Amino acid sequence: MAEIQTRMGDGYTVSMTREEVREDLVAGSADAARRGKIPILEPDELDYLLEMFASPTRIWGVERGHEAVLSKDGSTNSLYSAQLSSGVGLPLSREQAFRTFERAFGFDTMEIGHTDYSVKPAKPIVVLEQNHVEAVLHTTIIPVFYGFMPNLGLYYQPDGPFPNPSDLLPKGQIAEARAATEEALEVCYNDLVWMTEKMDEVGADGINYDTTASTGDGEFLATLRAVEWAAKNTHLAVEVGMAAECVLGFHGQLEYNGKRLAGMWPHQQMEVVQEAGAHVFGPVVNTNSRKSTPWNLARAITFVKACTKDAKIPIHPNVGMGVGGVPMFEIPPIDVVTRCSAAMVMIGKADGL
Amino acid sequence: MQLTRKMRLDEAKQYVAGKLGISVMDLCDSTVMRRLREELDIGVITAVAGAAKGLEAKARIADLLDVRINCVERLRSKMGL
Repeated sequence: MAEIQTRMGDGYTVSMTREEVREDLVAGSADAARRGKIPILEPDELDYLLEMFASPTRIWGVERGHEAVLSKDGSTNSLYSAQLSSGVGLPLSREQAFRTFERAFGFDTMEIGHTDYSVKPAKPIVVLEQNHVEAVLHTTIIPVFYGFMPNLGLYYQPDGPFPNPSDLLPKGQIAEARAATEEALEVCYNDLVWMTEKMDEVGADGINYDTTASTGDGEFLATLRAVEWAAKNTHLAVEVGMAAECVLGFHGQLEYNGKRLAGMWPHQQMEVVQEAGAHVFGPVVNTNSRKSTPWNLARAITFVKACTKDAKIPIHPNVGMGVGGVPMFEIPPIDVVTRCSAAMVMIGKADGL
Repeated sequence: MQLTRKMRLDEAKQYVAGKLGISVMDLCDSTVMRRLREELDIGVITAVAGAAKGLEAKARIADLLDVRINCVERLRSKMGL
């Protein structure tokens, strides 16, 4: 029986029979359906994915007429930063890198962001960040975002002033951990608002709150409140990109408009982000490196479809290293990156990536 | 249109294609769009002397699509327009 060459979630090549690929597609979708209590993929959608993986071509793409847009996170770090930001270490300024992304790589939006891509370290150098945003606003055509991670973890000891819930919870100090989260998220929220206002002042086109909820439900709440503030008080387009597929409940009892944030899956995250007033939502589905790419992609698309089905705002799923079905490897292989990207649009009905 | 009016992809394409007077298939055709962008002077990918660049192109896009763009409004404010 002819074998299909595809990848595992760690990026290594694996040979699978047609039946094995189909079994993994079904199992991946079923896993997402069980966790999120959402529908599994339809038979014709599974057929599309099977034919896509069975095709011997290295590159895959969307059908003509189904082209989607490409938004960016992580700013220009990809070009001038080091391995820590998946950067290739080019001797480029942020302005040069931004224009390279627009002209040579054809990106539809781009960001300026601090090399240390979190809101807390960006605050002290905000005037430098504003100046760089202004510079690219004059010389480029694509929407200019300013991006950062809320990264509530930096507000806890040893990096910040508040006791660390990760230290308190193993000791059973749940009330103390919750109190620390509640105090820290207020400070994080104030920082998010302050930086957002600064970027609106200089005419940025948008703000991107990236890897939202990386430190769980406290960070998610701070970000949702910042989205609300930005939507009411600025003219910025607000993009929210998540950190993981499920919101961790470090606090466990935080709510937004009566909805508990801990344990939210992508379609539930989408609802509150949309309610808060965001313009674009970027769900994340994490790759399991021990499973095949067919398994991972079917799982990711099942979650994303549950978002796009009811969304009233554009959905740009994160499709990159270790997310959106793509293998968790420093240089994700192009044969599966193109498949995952195209399938997110064709089957997942994404409005962009 | 996604960023200014929260339009989903298909609606955004229909809107832009309508404003440009072309079909959605043409909107996704890089050959058609390269020529059209130069005709409308809204910015092209290659470096053409005299063609609108940067904020110039963005201002023309804002007028063409009837959308508010933050940095274009800032330029107008700075110039007292």
